[in-house]
Amino acid sequence: MNQAAVTSNLDSEMELLRFTTAGSVDDGKSTLIGRLMYDTKTIFEDQLEAVERVSRNRGDGHVDLALLTDGLRAEREQGITIDVAYRYFATPKRKFIIADTPGHIQYTRNMVTGASTANLAIILVDARKGVVEQTCRHSFIASLLRIQHVVVCVNKMDLVEWSQEVFDRIVKDYKDFASRLDIPQMTFIPISALLGDNVVEKSTNMPWYQGSTLLYNLESVYIGSDANHVDARFPVQWVIRPHSQEWHDFRGYSGRVAGGVFKPGDEVVALPSGFEAKIKTVQTADGQVEEAFHPMSVTITLDRELISAVAICLVKARNQPHVSQEVDCMLCWFSEKKPLTQGAKYIVRHTTREVKAVVRELQYKVDVNTLHKEEGVSELKLNEIGRVHLRVSAPLFYDSYRRNRITGSLILVDPFTNETVAAGMIR
Amino acid sequence: MHVDTGHNFEETIEFRDRYVRDLDARLVVASVQESIHKGRVVEEKGPNASRNALQTVTLLDAIEEHGFDAAIGGARRDEEKARAKERFFSHRDDFGQWDPKNQRPELWNLFNGRMNPGEHFRVFPLSNWTEMDVWMYIQREKIVLPEIYFSHEREVIRRAGTLLALTDFITVQEGEAVERLRVRFRTIGDATCTGAVESEAWTLEEVIAEVAAGAADGTWNPGG
Repeated sequence: MNQAAVTSNLDSEMELLRFTTAGSVDDGKSTLIGRLMYDTKTIFEDQLEAVERVSRNRGDGHVDLALLTDGLRAEREQGITIDVAYRYFATPKRKFIIADTPGHIQYTRNMVTGASTANLAIILVDARKGVVEQTCRHSFIASLLRIQHVVVCVNKMDLVEWSQEVFDRIVKDYKDFASRLDIPQMTFIPISALLGDNVVEKSTNMPWYQGSTLLYNLESVYIGSDANHVDARFPVQWVIRPHSQEWHDFRGYSGRVAGGVFKPGDEVVALPSGFEAKIKTVQTADGQVEEAFHPMSVTITLDRELISAVAICLVKARNQPHVSQEVDCMLCWFSEKKPLTQGAKYIVRHTTREVKAVVRELQYKVDVNTLHKEEGVSELKLNEIGRVHLRVSAPLFYDSYRRNRITGSLILVDPFTNETVAAGMIR
Repeated sequence: MHVDTGHNFEETIEFRDRYVRDLDARLVVASVQESIHKGRVVEEKGPNASRNALQTVTLLDAIEEHGFDAAIGGARRDEEKARAKERFFSHRDDFGQWDPKNQRPELWNLFNGRMNPGEHFRVFPLSNWTEMDVWMYIQREKIVLPEIYFSHEREVIRRAGTLLALTDFITVQEGEAVERLRVRFRTIGDATCTGAVESEAWTLEEVIAEVAAGAADGTWNPGG
């Protein structure tokens, strides 16, 4: 990419796509990320030289692009990446943030973290091995976290003689298994991350493949409808009340729109009181706007003053969220110190609020490799995922996670250690 | 709050003071020089002496003195590989320590800001920004910057692969030659360890073009 191409397309409003890459060391995940960054000229020359040097010293026959993405030295020595590493690159069409996580089962919580903010998931399948246990695990997590777009990259096609037959069989196997999941859009691409086929440049080795390259897919997949623009939800974060003479009567409700559209003149209901009012203005730091939708942060003024301004959410009368102290959710357990147990108490953080919670019931846990439900369990340990019924100290205003990722998500915090112990998707 | 190492570029301090006046804000200055006077830290010696490391003590003392819950900084994950896993809310214990193995996971936009008395957070709202994002934002929002972010002529020396500005805090070593070059700064911190880059870019558009091209030229060298 030359400089003119970059600068002529520069635009601060350029669309951002966030994606995850989960895979095992052997799947060529780091090589794939290295290839994307290398072929889009995102890496620095000094980095490349260092990588070439290391590859040479180790006696590798080629430049190991995987070395570009390994983080801290300790991790490099172990030869695996842990935690979630965020990487950035851009093309003239889009900006990208990669949440790079390891794929082993002991890193399920990291994959869940990376998936929580992703629009798209890349799932790597080794062409020689086909759909295996961890393909299932990664796909289940993508489905559970409601990633809208899954791109299955069948990698190492160079090692199966670029065989269409192999590719077709893997696609079929994957589709059979994915029918049990909830993945809105699936795409399959045969690639060789090592040699670059169908990553950024179209492969000349697989003329039978008529689809687009991975990068083209990342640049063009439609993400405009990933956010909910239907159900109006405005969890208030802060009430602006200047005590100055000039702004004596000003009451502004500030926050970030979590769903739907808010316009001046709209009738709204303030939860939990049920108090009704009309929107007077919608303002941003740059002045008044005609409408606000996710992800805008705005201040809304109303034609009447709300009696109580604590813990409110503005919604529309005919489309209200659940208002309840009972919450049924899928939880992924994050703490290695203590498991989740029935009767245990935590703090729930949901939208802009914090309330206390007690675990009423652990209904079952899910085997992330087989999707098998195991009932009659007494605890949820690190990296385990289960269905949990919580009772909270004050009503939450929520939607199902399926419907709205923001009003349907929560975290649990240990009240003694302040550690984040779980992530929850409300059912 | 500004943690002041005392080794500053004049332009930075002028800009800071003007900005504080315009905002009508109260600025707390935590001074490394004062920490040295008080015996909290000892000045480094030698040609590469810098107050970069000393300022941590000054920062922690000031956080404790003023009881700040959070120190907001501009660090970005794309600055260097080791920061790729840094959090938005980075928890520091009673001793101001950061434990990379015990960082809180951050899901969605739900940040866990709970802490015990004496602890604090470093908060990095720009974690997910790239250098290019910063410049695009400056352009879009018409943000005023100190002039030294743009190309200007300056006396520099080459040391350890960096162009170091010649200031009162730097002693020219034997074998080092003072050159007059056209440079700009990509980031500005303590004058003893802030590197300049050779540049002719003296408008925002030119800087942006350089950043776009620079992504492949390996000149990134974060200073203070």
